Amino acid sequence: MALPKYTEPHYRIWHYTYLLICGFVFFFLIAPLFVIFPLSFNAEEFLVFSDGMKRLDPDAFSLRWYEDMIYGTKNPWGAAAKNSFIIAIFATLGSIVLGTVAALGLSSRHMPYKGLIMATLISPMIVPLIISGVAIFFFMAKVGLAATHLGIILAHIILGTPFVVITVTATLSGFDHSVTRAASSLGSNPVNTFLKITLPLILPGVISGGLFAFVTSFDEVVVVLFLAGLENTTIPIQMWTGLREQLSPTILAVATCLIVLSVLILVTAELLRRRSERLRGINR
Amino acid sequence: MSSETQKILTTDGIPLEVSLKKAEKKNKIKAFLLVCPLLLFIIITYIFPIGEMFSRSIDDRMVTNMLPKTFKAMESWDGKELPSEEVFASFLADYRALAEKKEHGKLGQRLNKEKNGFNTILKKLWRKMKKFEEGNAKEQIMAVHKRFSDVKYWQAIKRTAPPYTMAKYLKGMDMYFNEDGKVVQVEEDRRIHRILWLRTLEVAFFVTLFCFLMGYPIAHLLATLPMKYSNLLMICVLLPFWTSLLVRTASWMILLQQQGIVNDFFVWIGLVADDNRPEMMYNKTGTYVAMTQILLPFMVLPLYSVMKTISPSLMRAGKSLGGTPFIAFWKIYFPLTIPGIGAGCLLVFILAIGYYITPALVGGASGTLISNQIAYHMKATLDWSFASAMGLMLLTGVLVVYWIYNKLVGIDNIKLG
Repeated sequence: MALPKYTEPHYRIWHYTYLLICGFVFFFLIAPLFVIFPLSFNAEEFLVFSDGMKRLDPDAFSLRWYEDMIYGTKNPWGAAAKNSFIIAIFATLGSIVLGTVAALGLSSRHMPYKGLIMATLISPMIVPLIISGVAIFFFMAKVGLAATHLGIILAHIILGTPFVVITVTATLSGFDHSVTRAASSLGSNPVNTFLKITLPLILPGVISGGLFAFVTSFDEVVVVLFLAGLENTTIPIQMWTGLREQLSPTILAVATCLIVLSVLILVTAELLRRRSERLRGINR
Repeated sequence: MSSETQKILTTDGIPLEVSLKKAEKKNKIKAFLLVCPLLLFIIITYIFPIGEMFSRSIDDRMVTNMLPKTFKAMESWDGKELPSEEVFASFLADYRALAEKKEHGKLGQRLNKEKNGFNTILKKLWRKMKKFEEGNAKEQIMAVHKRFSDVKYWQAIKRTAPPYTMAKYLKGMDMYFNEDGKVVQVEEDRRIHRILWLRTLEVAFFVTLFCFLMGYPIAHLLATLPMKYSNLLMICVLLPFWTSLLVRTASWMILLQQQGIVNDFFVWIGLVADDNRPEMMYNKTGTYVAMTQILLPFMVLPLYSVMKTISPSLMRAGKSLGGTPFIAFWKIYFPLTIPGIGAGCLLVFILAIGYYITPALVGGASGTLISNQIAYHMKATLDWSFASAMGLMLLTGVLVVYWIYNKLVGIDNIKLG
């Protein structure tokens, strides 16, 4: 972005203003996340930087909130984390299976009413969550699945499949169908062809859709708020309750763990995206 | 042409055209069967329940089921003068049946909404009717209270006859049916829903605007910088995108509190006095700031993916043809980014209009939106039909936005990341 030597002064000034604005926006985006990190190591109970922390006094820092998170009395986080992971993992698997199979059908050029069906399938992503929450709650209450793990898992499959459908159809759009025809002509049955040929090639798309579904489920509050009973509290619900009642540093310890988790997910997603681009590059 | 193709036969002796059509049909069914599981799942667990929200929101069968004989007798009543003996008699019979099931109180409450003072006279009727003699119901009922001889009360009953009502939708717009059955507005100081609708629109609009103003420059920077720098900066966009919504809201709650870092900073640069720190949370400011930061990635990512496809030589060509950088930008670059602007604004606006968590946590009383009201009626007042009605009004709004967007820009595939 170096400017050429002949740039007139007022463009030069404009250019640096522009960079300054961009710097400010990037700061605005990322800085709030870094506030949580040091405060979760606070030795005191208050959510402000103590004088000791400003002086970098080692006594002002402690791991007590992490201890509280793991070993605390009447500790809700362990159970919540267990619930969250169980729900998210099953919801992700369900979304991947249903979404990938549907995407295979949708990408076929023989598919009738493609637009209408696509709109129906991705509608849970378009409709505001609060409305989805109300509608799904009515359904689950009617079939007696409210306040059960299964009900929440099914709800999260509804919310997660659109991401899988979109990413997998995008991956399949660059897919060379002659390889599956080659497999069939060599005597492979359709299931075998899918497992041995198609799936490995579209795997990056499947996994990145699955990541979206996982994050959606793991981070989802609105629908769970309607559906969850006392036995199904998840991490987001626990955080929601905590944030409404009182902001304790234990929440910040949990939040730090969640940020670490999201860094891991970000790295995975990024690696997958590059791999997928490389694979599709070969296909072309 | 067709006569020639018909002559071509497959090895089985079937005309090729027929054989191809058969194969085509088989493929169609195969594709459809693949989509079927998910389609059925979504329709049963999601699309139908949304339809059920609609029937719930207009449902008014309670009174219809409570007074079946009365409404049957009322069919021949013109509704102008006092109804006949038959109507009175069947009303008494219905009311007696309700009293036996101990549901007469519900009827009183419901009819009281239709016409004030109904509950009192129905209670009085309940006490007196035990001593009623056979026959001559009209005279005996009218003797219980003089309001029973007022035709307006009977008209009110007749109004509840249809099994559906639009009352919940009117309530969502701060209107109601008055005693004459006309649509009127509630008093000025009780129009809370209209304020909420306007505030929701206002917040969604300004959050979209702020996201656009902040997202456009950085998307441009990301798209024009060399790969190795832009990948690094992209993390600043993607990390918040992947981080839990509640974590980001929590961090804003820490930043914006009165003893928080933002206020500390303002005091330090001398913008505000230490003893006069402004309240930045639990009001609209908090909602704006937090929602803008949370939704900004949804603006940047579509803008970036569009800007990435614009060749830099176009701008150079514009400049070499004599345009200043500003004119080149405005006449060449900006129009090319409009699909990205449309996608980003649509995403942010639709996400913002249905936002629930952040306004509930940092919004306070003056920053809550229509979705908070829906959740309130779902969880606290249990007026599910009203919550459904408001939800569907919101959904209609969202669909209108989609429709306008489709007319203006056209819905492409929504890109993720």
